[in-house]
Amino acid sequence: MTPKPQASFCPNCGGSIELRGFGQSLSAVCVQCLSILDTKTPTLTILQQFQARERILPLIPLGKRGKLHGGEYEVIGFQVREILVDSVAYQWHEYVLFNPFKGFRYLTQYDGHWTDVKPIKAIPEKTTKSGKKAVRYLGSTYSHFQSATASTVYVLGEFPWRVRVGETNQVEDYVSPPRMLSSEATEGEEVWSLGEYKDGSEIWRAFKIGGSPPKPVGVYANQPSPHSGKPTESWILGLILVSLLLFTMLLARVFMFNREVFQQDYTYFPGDRGEASFVTPIFDVPGRTSNVEVKVTTNVENAWIFFNLALINDDTGEARDWGREISYYRGRDSDGNWSEGSTSDSTILPSVPAGRYYLRVEPEWSPDGSTTMQVAKNIQYSLMVRRDVTILWPYLVAVPLLLLPALFRTIQYWGFEQKRWQESDYSGGGGEDD
Amino acid sequence: MSQPRSNCPNCGGTIVFRFSSAVQTTCEYCRSILVRTDVDLKKVGEVADLPPDPSPIQLGTEGIYRNKAFVVVGRILYEYEQGGWNEWHLMFQDGVSGWLSDAQAEYAVSALSKGPAKLPPSQNIYKGLSFQWDGTIYTISTVTRARYVGVQGELPFEYWDKSEVQFADLRSVTGHFATIDYSEETPLLFRGEFVEFDELRLKNLRSFEGW
Repeated sequence: MTPKPQASFCPNCGGSIELRGFGQSLSAVCVQCLSILDTKTPTLTILQQFQARERILPLIPLGKRGKLHGGEYEVIGFQVREILVDSVAYQWHEYVLFNPFKGFRYLTQYDGHWTDVKPIKAIPEKTTKSGKKAVRYLGSTYSHFQSATASTVYVLGEFPWRVRVGETNQVEDYVSPPRMLSSEATEGEEVWSLGEYKDGSEIWRAFKIGGSPPKPVGVYANQPSPHSGKPTESWILGLILVSLLLFTMLLARVFMFNREVFQQDYTYFPGDRGEASFVTPIFDVPGRTSNVEVKVTTNVENAWIFFNLALINDDTGEARDWGREISYYRGRDSDGNWSEGSTSDSTILPSVPAGRYYLRVEPEWSPDGSTTMQVAKNIQYSLMVRRDVTILWPYLVAVPLLLLPALFRTIQYWGFEQKRWQESDYSGGGGEDD
Repeated sequence: MSQPRSNCPNCGGTIVFRFSSAVQTTCEYCRSILVRTDVDLKKVGEVADLPPDPSPIQLGTEGIYRNKAFVVVGRILYEYEQGGWNEWHLMFQDGVSGWLSDAQAEYAVSALSKGPAKLPPSQNIYKGLSFQWDGTIYTISTVTRARYVGVQGELPFEYWDKSEVQFADLRSVTGHFATIDYSEETPLLFRGEFVEFDELRLKNLRSFEGW
């Protein structure tokens, strides 16, 4: 003997009441006159009648079936609940889903964010996470998000409890996105449920609803971050790349020739107004085509000197010319010691083929304002040529570039998390206006 | 395994026992409650018509729990403020009996626990009271007064003509479940766990129109 889905009549308005819960529900709401009826009584005793300023239409209509978790579920009830935060009412919708074999599930919808909810029977273990209230369930820790008093403001359809408009429950939400654990205290009993965030489109597909679901607004408590995973992973990847880079740099240093091929000290006499140009002895630049560093070290102080330099291949006569000013000034003022410039200069010439080379050197000096009256000092300088040196600056540029994605992700991640927690009990108060 | 057969002392109908250690059964023809004695069956009462109830399980439903096949051979039906609630009596393939409770399509499998548990009397229990059995902490989540509605089929003990029965439901952080049953003078402890409908792979269920 199987009881059929009953069609009964509302004792208040006489309208027909369709019962979809096969006796598992305890109350049903007359869609015509909004009387809440006790379905455990044969005549459907009126539990409550409520007034609604406007009829609220569920986005998924009552009686609609959808496929969830490998089973079919029918929407048999709908309620609107609200919490007050700083005297602002926030409302969300709850759908009661039913399958006569598998029982009840729920869907909640707030600002386009959906959560698929199942009551659980275990009692999650109270704990703390970074000093905050938290619960542990099936190996995951859920951080406390919000405590609030939720009140029912509108109901339609059937419920597995005796629903009343105006009834309030103390609700606590704990999140571990995309999951959320909620406890509701009802008549002294603490009921826990486990929810999982769903995209509106998933719900639309499951229930075969036409059109598109409302676009979600803002970030919801258990919404998974689109910046999947913690930024730690990007930092680890970034640091691995940096160490690889540093390793190649070290390898390069080991395998590069990096050796001095010429060194000589000179003195420049500023008093000589004549031609100071000269050429160095010929030196060997060995190895594969690679760079050559030419370093000029001087003892200038509060003076400058200019060098016209050329690296000339003795065999081909091919010359590379360049000029460098070296100036170094220092002194003492009210702020203390100061200095400016440098006493040396280094130039790296790329792609120099092996061969026999010499340098043509032409120092230039002219007394400027401050030194005119001084007896010009001899300037001592040395020229040094190194073959195949490691160039550091590309590495120094590359290191921050490699870490940039991780930094970017960290900013994105925390930006999202900040939006999430703005709606919680831990929004930090000051600063944000909402 | 040969199933013991007998005849109803009231109407003469054939009574087949699926559960060899059944102590009590009901006659499916005349609804007499029959208790097995050493020699025959004795009628001790009669079951009123059981009200229609929404459980998808029925006598003869088969399933598997922890790799052991079972068949539903009897039940006790209670009513409390959340509606009807069934304690289905299971007979496992190894002849052991167990219980499958179904309240609003939430399921739990349990068995009588014959541990050393010393249980407090019914007036001394309250919500929040904790016990530790075999290393698991169980906490009383609800104390329920239920109304006995009726019995059906084979049961491992004599059980009929009850009125109000008190139960304490206990839970753990790991989904374990226990019930202290105060229907007899000595409280009985049943321990088990909550299960998902799909886990039990139930067959021979009742049907629901449109489903």
